[in-house]
Formats: sequence, C-alpha cells, structure tokens
Amino acid sequence: MTQEHDKVDGGRRSFIGAAAGLTAATVAPGLILHTVEAAPRSEAVTDKVRWGMLIDTAKCADGCSACVDACDKENGLDLQVKPHGASEAMWDRQRAVWIRKVQVQDNLTGRVTNLPMLCQHCERPPCVDVCPTGASFKRADGIVMVDRHTCIGCRYCMMACPYKARSFIHQVVEEKLTATPRGKGCVESCNLCVQRRDNGETSTACADACAAAGHHAILFGDLKDPNGALSKALASAASRQVREDLNLNTGVRYSSL
Amino acid sequence: MKRIVYREWRIQPERYWGLLAILGAVAGIAGLAVLFMEHEGHWVTGMTNEVVWGMPHVFAVFLIVAASGALNVASIGTVFGRTAYKPLGRLSGLLALALLIGGLLVLVLDLGRPERLIVAATTYNFRSIFAWNIYLYTGFVVIVVAYLWALADRKGGPYSKTVGYAAFVWRLLLTMGTGSIFGFIVARQAYDTAILPPMFIIMSFAYGLAVFILVLMFAYDQDKRPLGDVMLGKLKNLLGVFIAAVLLMTLMYHLTKLYGAKNLGVESFILVNGGIYTALFWVGWVLVGCLAPLGIVYHPVLGKDRNWIAAAAAMVILGGFAAVYVIIIGGQSFPLQMFPGSTILASGFHDGVNGVPASYVPSIPEILLGLGGVSVALIITAVGVRVLQFLPESLADPVVDPHLAT
Amino acid sequence: MANAVVRGLLAVAGLAWALGAQPAAAGENFVAPGSKAAGLTSCVEPTDFMRRNHMEVIKHQRHTVVHKGIRDSKHTLAGCIACHVAPGPDQKPVSVYAEGQFCQRCHAYTAVDVNCFGCHATVPTPPAAGTAAAGDLGAGLVQVPDHGVTAGGERP
Ligand code: HEC
Ligand code: HEC
Ligand code: HEC
Repeated sequence: MTQEHDKVDGGRRSFIGAAAGLTAATVAPGLILHTVEAAPRSEAVTDKVRWGMLIDTAKCADGCSACVDACDKENGLDLQVKPHGASEAMWDRQRAVWIRKVQVQDNLTGRVTNLPMLCQHCERPPCVDVCPTGASFKRADGIVMVDRHTCIGCRYCMMACPYKARSFIHQVVEEKLTATPRGKGCVESCNLCVQRRDNGETSTACADACAAAGHHAILFGDLKDPNGALSKALASAASRQVREDLNLNTGVRYSSL
Repeated sequence: MKRIVYREWRIQPERYWGLLAILGAVAGIAGLAVLFMEHEGHWVTGMTNEVVWGMPHVFAVFLIVAASGALNVASIGTVFGRTAYKPLGRLSGLLALALLIGGLLVLVLDLGRPERLIVAATTYNFRSIFAWNIYLYTGFVVIVVAYLWALADRKGGPYSKTVGYAAFVWRLLLTMGTGSIFGFIVARQAYDTAILPPMFIIMSFAYGLAVFILVLMFAYDQDKRPLGDVMLGKLKNLLGVFIAAVLLMTLMYHLTKLYGAKNLGVESFILVNGGIYTALFWVGWVLVGCLAPLGIVYHPVLGKDRNWIAAAAAMVILGGFAAVYVIIIGGQSFPLQMFPGSTILASGFHDGVNGVPASYVPSIPEILLGLGGVSVALIITAVGVRVLQFLPESLADPVVDPHLAT
Repeated sequence: MANAVVRGLLAVAGLAWALGAQPAAAGENFVAPGSKAAGLTSCVEPTDFMRRNHMEVIKHQRHTVVHKGIRDSKHTLAGCIACHVAPGPDQKPVSVYAEGQFCQRCHAYTAVDVNCFGCHATVPTPPAAGTAAAGDLGAGLVQVPDHGVTAGGERP
C-alpha cells in the first residue's frame, strides 16, 4: 500500500484487491461495520489458526436464505447468467452454488432439521488427495480451496467430495467481481470468504447475514484458539460432523443435528 | 511352426481410402463438436454438478480398459508361451496403442481447460490416482512401442520375452489404476470398494479380446487372407472364459456390496428400481454383454459360425459400454448419502430430495466426442496395418497348428 | 509445445519491435489517457522493469495471494487494472482488455495472448454491496460490474 492511503479510520477501510492505494469512500447504508482494524495480510498464512464453523441447526430457520443470498452477493455468484438456450431445469443443476439450504427428516423419529451445507473444509480433504495437478489444496490456515490457475477442469474432486460442495463453471462468465474472478472450465467452492480472511475481517458473509437476520446459527472462528468463541462453543455443546464415518475431521461442525 | 510372414494390409485403395474417409468424417464431426463445447462451456452437455462425468468418460474408460485387454493376446503368446497366439502379437500391440490413444484423447478433450494440459504434465500431486495414471498411460505407450519393436525387429528377438513380461505387468497396473480412479472414491456408495480394480482387469480381458476378434475378422475378410477355424476357435473359447469371469466378478461385486446394510440403497437402485440403470444393468451388462454371448460361444452350432462369433464379440462390446455406463453414470446418479437414516425433504442444490436420483441425458456433442475417440483408434489401426507389417499373411489352420500341417 | 515456442519467439520479436519502433520510440507509451496512471510518473516498479517483467511479477503475485494469502502488495492484478483502466466517453471505465486499451494494445503489438480475463474483471468492480468496503477507483470512475471481454455466451 502506498503510505498516504494506509490508514484505516471510522468509515474508511482498506479495499481488498486494490493495493494501489485505494481506500473505501462509500459505505452502503444499513451496513454493519466491523470495529476491528482490518488490514491486508503481509505475511504468509500459517497453521497457527484453523478456520472453522459451528452451525447450530436448532437456530437455522425454515425458509430463511439469508446466508445463501449473502454468499451469492459476496462471491459474485448472483452475477451468473443462464446461457442463452439453456433450459431452466438444466441451468439449475449447472450453475455454481457455494452454500445451500438443506432440510432433512429423520426416518425414524420424523424430526425435521434445517441446515446450510457448504464445503466442510476437511483436515484430510478427499478433493485434495485426488486432484492430479494439486490445484485443489488446503491452505495453511485450513481453508480448502481451488487454485484456478492450475485447475484443468477434470472434476475428479467433485467425484470425490462427499458433500457435493463443489461446482463446475459450465458457462462463459461475462460479469465478475474484481475480488472473485470466475470463468468457464474450472471448479470452485466455498473458500470461507478467503478475501475477508486475508484482510483481517472477523467473519464470513454467511455468518454475518445469519446474525443480521437475527438467527445467529453460524459461528465462525478459529478452531485452534482455545479461548475463542468457537472453541468454547464446541467444548460446551454436543456437535457432530457430517459423514463422520469418513474420518475427515471437518472444519465445519453441526450441533442439534 | 512355420515361419510367419507378415504383410501390409493390401485391400484395394478405394476401399482403404473409403474406410479412412468414413472414419475421418466421424473424427472431423467430433472435432467440431469439441470446438462447440469448448466455446460454449459444458452447459451444452448433459453433465451437471451432480453427474459430473458423462458420456465422454464412458467412452474414454471403455477404450482405455479395452486397450489393456487388447494387449492380452500378445501376452498370452510371449508370457504364457502359447505359440499359437504369437502371430497375433503385433496386431495386439497396435490395437492396444490405438485404443489407448483414442481413449485418452476423449478424456483430455472433455477437460474444462484442455489448453492447460501442460500444467497436468508438469505439476503433479503424487497422492492422486489420476496423476499416477498419467504415468501409467505414458509408460504403457513406451512399453508397447518397445514391445512391437522387439516382436518385429530381428535384433529385438532376445528382448521380446522381457519386454513382454514388462508389458504384461504394466497393463495389469494400468487397468488397476483405471479401476482405482473409481475404487478410491469413498464418498459415493457405488464405488467405495476394493473389488473395482480387479473387476476392471477382468472386464478389460473380455472387452479387449472382443475388439481384437472383430478387428481381426474384418481385416482378414477384407483382404481375403485365410483365418482358420483353429485360430478363431481358440479366440472365441478364450472370449467365453473371459465373459464367464466378468459375470462372476459382477456377482462378487454385488454380493460384497449387499453384505452389510449400508449399501442396500445403492444396490436396490442398480438392481431393482433404478429405471434406466437397472435396465442397462440387466439387459445390457448381464444379458447382452454376458449371457447371450456366452450362449453363442459355447453353442455347438452357433459357436462354429463366423457370423455368430462376430455377433458375440459385438455383444460383448455393447454390454461393456452398458456396464461402464452403469458404473460411471449410475454410480453418480444415486444421491450422495450425506445423512444416513434421514430423508432430504428440500435442498437448494438437488441433494437427492426424497431420494430422487440425479438425471442425466447425454447430449449429441458429447456422444460425438466419444465416437470421435473410437474412430481415431480405428484410423490408427487401419493406417498402422496398411503401412507396416502387422498382419500375418495367413492364419490358416496349418500355420497356426503345426500338427495339422502335412 | 511447438506452438508455445513459436508464440514465445513471436512475442519476443514483437516485444523488441514494439519497444523499439512503436509509441515508446516516439516518446510516448501505452498508458491510457484518463487513467490514474496517466497522472503518475512511474509504475509500481520502475517502468522499464515492468515493461519487461510484468508477467513474472503478476505470476509471482498470483501464487503469493492464492497460496499464502499475502494481499499487502502493490503488485496485485486488481491494482494494475484499477490504475491503468481508462474512462470511456460516459465516464464509465473501459475494459483494460478492450480493443486499443492499455493491456490489450501492447499485447496486440507483441502478439501475446493472455486468457486471464476470462475470469478476472477488466474494470475495477465495487466489492459486492453488503460487504463493508467499497473502493475509490482512483480515476473517479463510475463503478459498474464488469461486462468482460470474452466473445460468445450471450445473455438472454
Ligand atoms: C499506481 C498506479 C499503477 C499501478 C497500480 C500499476 N501501474 Fe503500470 N504504470 C503506471 C504508470 C504511471 C506508468 C507509466 C510510467 C511512465 O510513463 O514511465 C505505468 C507503466 C506500465 C507499463 C509500461 C507501459 C509502456 O507503455 O511501456 C506496464 C507494462 C505496466 N505499467 C504494467 C503494470 C502492471 C502489470 C501492473 C500490475 C502489477 C501495473 N502496471 C500497476 C502506473 C501504475
Ligand atoms: C479460471 C479463472 C482464472 C483465470 C483464467 C485466471 N485467474 Fe487469476 N485468479 C483467479 C481466482 C479465483 C483468484 C483468487 C482471487 C482472490 O482470492 O482474491 C485469482 C487471483 C489472481 C491473482 C491474485 C489477486 C490479484 O488481484 O492480484 C493474480 C495476480 C492473478 N490471479 C493473475 C492471473 C493471471 C496473470 C492470469 C492469466 C495468465 C489469471 N490470473 C487467470 C481465477 C483465474
Ligand atoms: C509494453 C507492452 C505491454 C503492456 C503495456 C502490457 N504487456 Fe503484458 N506482456 C507483454 C509482452 C511482450 C508479454 C510476453 C512476454 C513473454 O511471453 O515472455 C506479456 C505477457 C503478459 C503476461 C503473461 C502471459 C503468459 O501467458 O505468459 C501477462 C499475465 C500479462 N502480460 C499481463 C498484462 C497486463 C495485466 C497488462 C496491463 C496491466 C499488460 N500485460 C500490459 C507486453 C505488455
């Protein structure tokens, strides 16, 4: 960053991608501003943190899609447009989705649970194991993501993912955000708002939106910080991993499931 | 045994070029289909975020599996010392190369970013079976070329046995590798089993031999070269054994899957209520691909009729496609079991709501791509036998079985 | 491979030509009028260095950002675009890879073909509404979502 623009004050925050010294000038009304000082990372991420989530399904409201909408906005997924000539039904299966709402019912008890499904950020991710080029990788801080500069679009990771967390870009992408590039022929998935992580923000778009909607079902944090809210919540209430039988040690946990 | 004389394929030029023109046209149309899919993206295919591998992968896997099986004929000659098969070694090697190249071409052209192939060739993730397969495939090509040289060149004679062994071991590894691509996918109920790699090996024996028999019969028929009943009889009996083995493996696959309640869902999907996949399994894989050809091959009358033998080989190939289709597409169509013991009532991403399987309808361009791979394999074979000495002048009975020579 | 070699040679030859005979020789450069860069005297590194090595700089940056998460750098691709993008007649930024624009113009001279902009926005876009930050884009340009430079894939 160039010196003059380096400071962060009240409503002015550093703008993610623009290292050329761009600062925030406008803030949309009604927005929650984080008070924590946020600055772009200057040193490589380390494994001293491991980002994760605890999702309390009891608080996840039926019919609410705040997290999904927020993710779509944050990551430019709402800019995807159905290709001319594609059928609605096919497009619905071909567009990229990073987070989705799922409603499950226990076959025996009939209990209905709502929850958001997203990349579970496994400690031993099958998608990383199978990727031939190493494009699918786990960052030191536990974020499982795709380096879309080396992804060849073979989709083996999608075959291997037990959570159907990944999407393939089936179409030419015309509109994209500077912060979240996207284009035909690569695989992508939730990266825990990696641009926010690197800018020192405290939360993800989905967690913020869930809180703003008054549900507080998604708790985002550092799994390795013993005093962090996430570790404390995990220590105090029963939680589980989806498909724990696979022993993947997921970073995203669910309670009341 | 008489010295075998190999000769180029000498059918009339019109027929040769006519054949190439037809195959070339198919490959050309496939090329256009690839350009179209490349330009538009995969939305023009039937593939989705649920069924991520489609028709191109069915063709590619079939061709690659058949490739290693086609090499089997040569192995029987060199490794197992069955002299009767030795004259077939060269064609066997050529066919193996051709099928592998055809299959790989399809696989590569279906990538989301085929232009980044150089990345795949330079950055490896050694934990990935896929990356290992890249080595297995290139190694296969190298070994088969060396093998062909050893078989064809005078100086190669002393090496042919060693290279033959290497080729045999390598082809087993290759098919295991291909099977492991699926076998290691723990996420999906249909795949997660150690029996897939051996099953692929057995399948490769049958499919590769079936392709070999058809190509051999066609080549000899067109060139009016003698192909005796002894040779054909040996090949078709071998095919019978391999088909029976496929049937047995199929049975074992499903028995191991049925053992333990956790896979009952996917088993009843494939075997009972999976619609098209159930039909393809019983009618395609089992009936057309195994039972019917088995009946023909061992039938006292039909089993001696060349047309019926050819039909049996063709059926094995069709059944093979059905089998690969059921494995690849059916295996993906069955919803991921994320919440065992629960039913998904609603989802924003088609998670098999109420157990409904994912739909997949192959589009024309992707089928064309697959057919393009087949025709490239056949073009390589046709050109190979035409310009080089791959085919023995005669496979008449006295040539094949010296005891018959008087 | 052969293709890449030929392309590489073409590019090198083209570069020599571009740097020798093209605007630089006439004392001007490729910097687009109206862009923020037009009002500055040097690129993020000495201009001459950038002219020759920007691809290495960007590629290094790409690894640093994606794998290490280091974003505190003046070498971001987003930064290049924000500073080098020029406004059109309506004051909206014009894609840096549109015909005659900064990155495209020189690449056209040097016969370089990059596909980065199939994914990367070619104009600065605001962070999605709803996220905290919105950027000042340097040249006081109106912010619009990127409409890309790729052909095909028409929208309905
Ligand atoms: C803060 C604004 C700024 C940023 C950010 C910036 N540049 Fe520049 N760039 C300039 C200026 C100003 C010049 C012209 C300097 C001169 O005239 O000597 C220039 C010149 C160049 C030139 C030489 C142009 C020519 O005509 O020879 C290249 C190439 C270039 N920039 C590439 C880049 C790349 C790639 C990036 C991103 C890594 C980048 N620039 C980021 C301001 C910037
Ligand atoms: C398939 C889509 C895709 C293509 C093609 C692509 N990128 Fe990227 N690129 C991305 C994504 C996704 C990121 C990650 C963005 C983030 O996390 O901020 C990224 C990040 C980057 C970054 C770091 C962010 C920044 O603004 O500096 C650089 C540099 C970069 N890419 C350079 C390139 C170059 C150079 C090319 C062309 C040779 C290219 N990319 C092609 C998808 C792509
Ligand atoms: C002064 C002319 C010039 C300008 C201006 C210029 N480039 Fe380049 N660029 C080149 C040349 C020449 C090459 C090829 C170098 C080579 O192949 O070794 C190149 C190569 C690249 C590459 C690497 C391509 C590859 O596949 O290896 C990237 C990425 C790139 N440029 C990005 C940019 C961006 C982004 C801008 C605008 C900010 C820009 N360039 C502006 C001349 C220029």
